[in-house]
Amino acid sequence: MKEHPFVIPFTIGLTFVILYTVVMWTIWVVRLTRREKKIIWKRLLTVKTLRGIWETIREGLFHRNIFKKNVILGFMHMSLAFGWFMLIVLGNLEARLYPHGLINPPYYPIFFEFFRHDLSPLREYEEIFTFLMDFFLLLVISGIGIAFFKRYKSKVMGMHRTTKHILIDRIALTSLWLIFPFRILAESVTAGLYNTGHFFTNFLGQQVIYGLPLDQLYYPSWWAYSIALGSFFVALPFSRYMHIPTEILLIFLRKYGVREKDSHSSYTNVELNACSRCGICIDSCHLSTDLGISDTQPTYFIRDLRYSKPSERLRETCMLCMRCLKACPVGIEITQIRKNERSEHQLFSPTSYSYLNGYAYPKAKVAFFAGCMGHLTPNIIKSTLLLLDAAGIDYTFIDRNGSICCGRPLQLNGEVDAAKQLIDKNNRLIYETGANCLVTTCPICASEFKKNYHMSIPIYHHSQYLWELTNQGRLVFNQSNLNVAYHDPCELSRGLGVVDEPRKLLKSAVVLTENSNQTKQNSLCCGGSLAITNTSAFQKSTIAASTVLQLANNTTDLIATACPLCKKTLAAAQNDVPVQDISEIMVKALMDSRKASLSEAKVKMASPKLEVVEEYK
Amino acid sequence: MLKKVAVIGGGVAGLEAARQLAALGYQTTVYEKNDHAGGHTSEWDRLFPNRRPAVEVVDTLKSQLNGNPAIVLSTPITELLPNGDKFTLKTSNKSFEADAVLIATGFELFQAERKEEYGYGIYDNVITSAELEKMFTEHGTPLMRNGEKPKRVAFVHCVGSRDEKVNHLYCSKVCCVTAVKQAIEAKEAIPEAEIFCLYMDLRMFGPGYEELYKEAQQKGINFIRGRLSEASELDGGRLLIKTEDTLASRPLKMSVDMLVLMVGMTPAEGTSKLIYNLGLKPNADGFIGVSDYHLKPSETGIRGVYTAGACSGPNNITDSINSARSAVVEIHRYLSVKEP
Amino acid sequence: MIDFGYAPLKINIHDLDKADLSLMDWITARDESFRLCIACGSCTATCTAGNFTNFSFRELCHSIRRGEVEKAVRESEKCMLCGKCTLVCPRNVNTRNIIKLVRKANQNFRV
Repeated sequence: MKEHPFVIPFTIGLTFVILYTVVMWTIWVVRLTRREKKIIWKRLLTVKTLRGIWETIREGLFHRNIFKKNVILGFMHMSLAFGWFMLIVLGNLEARLYPHGLINPPYYPIFFEFFRHDLSPLREYEEIFTFLMDFFLLLVISGIGIAFFKRYKSKVMGMHRTTKHILIDRIALTSLWLIFPFRILAESVTAGLYNTGHFFTNFLGQQVIYGLPLDQLYYPSWWAYSIALGSFFVALPFSRYMHIPTEILLIFLRKYGVREKDSHSSYTNVELNACSRCGICIDSCHLSTDLGISDTQPTYFIRDLRYSKPSERLRETCMLCMRCLKACPVGIEITQIRKNERSEHQLFSPTSYSYLNGYAYPKAKVAFFAGCMGHLTPNIIKSTLLLLDAAGIDYTFIDRNGSICCGRPLQLNGEVDAAKQLIDKNNRLIYETGANCLVTTCPICASEFKKNYHMSIPIYHHSQYLWELTNQGRLVFNQSNLNVAYHDPCELSRGLGVVDEPRKLLKSAVVLTENSNQTKQNSLCCGGSLAITNTSAFQKSTIAASTVLQLANNTTDLIATACPLCKKTLAAAQNDVPVQDISEIMVKALMDSRKASLSEAKVKMASPKLEVVEEYK
Repeated sequence: MLKKVAVIGGGVAGLEAARQLAALGYQTTVYEKNDHAGGHTSEWDRLFPNRRPAVEVVDTLKSQLNGNPAIVLSTPITELLPNGDKFTLKTSNKSFEADAVLIATGFELFQAERKEEYGYGIYDNVITSAELEKMFTEHGTPLMRNGEKPKRVAFVHCVGSRDEKVNHLYCSKVCCVTAVKQAIEAKEAIPEAEIFCLYMDLRMFGPGYEELYKEAQQKGINFIRGRLSEASELDGGRLLIKTEDTLASRPLKMSVDMLVLMVGMTPAEGTSKLIYNLGLKPNADGFIGVSDYHLKPSETGIRGVYTAGACSGPNNITDSINSARSAVVEIHRYLSVKEP
Repeated sequence: MIDFGYAPLKINIHDLDKADLSLMDWITARDESFRLCIACGSCTATCTAGNFTNFSFRELCHSIRRGEVEKAVRESEKCMLCGKCTLVCPRNVNTRNIIKLVRKANQNFRV
């Protein structure tokens, strides 16, 4: 074997990237909380590890999640990752099967054809190795081709927008793209001179570039290949390609049960580094698709948080609708990270609501809570109470005289300390009602109750509760052929995973049609989100209009939703299709089944007494 | 040969224009979608500012027509198409021709259920100003659903007007003075009742309006400067309403027996479809856009097509009558005076 | 100054020549909808916090327009950001954003 200095760039790069990865992995794991380390330790020798390995192969090599979203994009990632991986594995096998090759320096298998021109000692394996190496090289270069094409024509790939990259990413990307053309060049030149290739490189070397001075190209091409590799490896830790080693760690940590907490942690660093800035989140975001705001999506937010601090605009320009969360192929907890980042910039003090004293909700068995927004949609309240009456539920409308805000809006804005006061206060008031169950028509409240109140009683969104009653046969509806499209509220569908109950409930009275594949977990957002304050009313109704357009077609009689805020926001967008809450549709069907008039219907048990001030003088 | 003019809409503007056109010798036809002429005015009890019976105005306008021109009732024009230098008007099954067209399709009342928080259609005794007017015609007094007289009535100004939440930035002009008129009438019908007006600004711009406001004050109508935010139903059916007493800078809630929503004017649904075929676009508020707000308030931008009354924006009766006459002059000029 | 046990009469009048309108300008530059209020009071009427304490978004905005910055900042903390006011405002004033801007001004500039 003849040593040659061209291997130096590669060797330096590889050493650096391995050292860097080991150091970073160690730091991240060491800095995990004691509890997290304990659970990892406990679960290390369980099936979870096997699952982690399987997911690493599935996602790291084959990129199944991206395939599911977009076949061409999936192929691009798969061909690069899997193809390159196979080249490394096969190259190593080839080098080790070669006589006296069992132990060798790392550059030996990578530049094998440089060191060994005569492959005949591989005997019967020569044919298969040279073939496979050429095959996977072709696979990789096809992926690079698509990637190159995607940079300039992303729309053809089904991506409307793709991430705008920073300098270090461009350097790494250029190096990565150059690695394989240089490798093909080096191997083709070598194949042209020594017949070391197969159908691809032999063809290139002997049929295409045979007229060139191959002798003189020989050393420069291997140099170029090594330099491209070396510079990619050196750039990798500082670029988006750090996701390659980090994602493996992330997959295992997640399998062991590590999650984002209420503030940034070591795990957050793993997540930040695991983002490949693929930009899939951009197209999933209403702000981009409907408003053309395409520079605040997670790909940019996470990038800026990884390197330094995201700007105020970046931090705040997000509806936290969680569509990106469901779209992210890496499964990064984007929404929680953004909320945590917001919580580092709180504007309200933890004593903001000291005025909330001496207020009480009445005693209740089943507590009905309308929430702030609910009081602006009295027909939702009336409809729900009529349905509860019909089912014979002994409920109490506990916030009939006014609610204390559930705290969700503050929470979403990162004002966790202020929110805590409201939560504590409201939680105690609800506890003191003695209720054995809580029903609310507001998914925003329901979400907050379930996630942060830690109540001991069951909490139902009215769509769940009404479905439960229907399922038990306590509510019977008249089946009509009204054509209804259902809009999933973000907090209900992605937030609480409630997507089936409202649908089952609606189906028991009307014809439910899904006109869009953007439903359930992928549901569209109404645009009215409380998590954002820097969109104008016009922007909100632009989003709402676009959502209505996608939800309804010309046979749709009604859009049903299950959130007072969604109802208000969708109705504010000028459109011909009326928007109703699920309870309003159901109460109509209930009255129809009883041949009763809805306008004559009166709520029976509207306790407590609505407090009236002294006569106005 | 007599030139034909088609007037679409038999409200006050349409009737007045038709009368004047006939007097000028044109063969005029009024196409009215309803089974009676007179438009919204025919459904009103009494008119501001002098509280004269609305029927007087409608009847006078109708009697002045004296059979010429003809009024074709129950004929909603759904399509208006240019046809050489004439125009074709179509209903679902008939077709008419005219040399010039006057669009006087008027307005529609704002659908109060769109302001869900006001409780219209949800609670008893939340009614619209138009429904109150009907009560005055039929019973001479406001009556609750149970047939009793209300002891306390609140009028809510600007329902569906000056409200971007329902995409109506504009002021409907007539609701303020109508509210004051109705408040006085309610007080006269039920002297012991307390009457409140919840207003943002009192836009008393016309002759006799401010006097009406003063009369209301003298008769003990209470004015609260604040917009209603929401209404809810108390046990027993009374209504609890919330507003801010902005002059006192304090939130205010009170119970009332009846809530009257002063519904504003919105563009008539068919009108924008009608003008769409001609290549005309509605103005920012959704009404018919006129060529020049100051100098050509009757012209639409299409020669031979003119507009009068509230189809180009909220108007009171006087302004509608004036705009009808102004349109007639333009039509006359178009049909009989050679353009330079 | 020597305390004579009395002080000159405080003038009870908005002096717009001396009013500190910097907060108004700062907010308006960041959210133009601040200018659009017609003082209808719907926000105050519907306010969840206002149900329990003396808090008026309309008044708060007005304080800012008259240079009563301290009062505005003090008041702004009572808001729960629930968003009801945004839903009722007939002029689409971005109420929650204005509250947050007042809070930010408080933090950034110690106004």
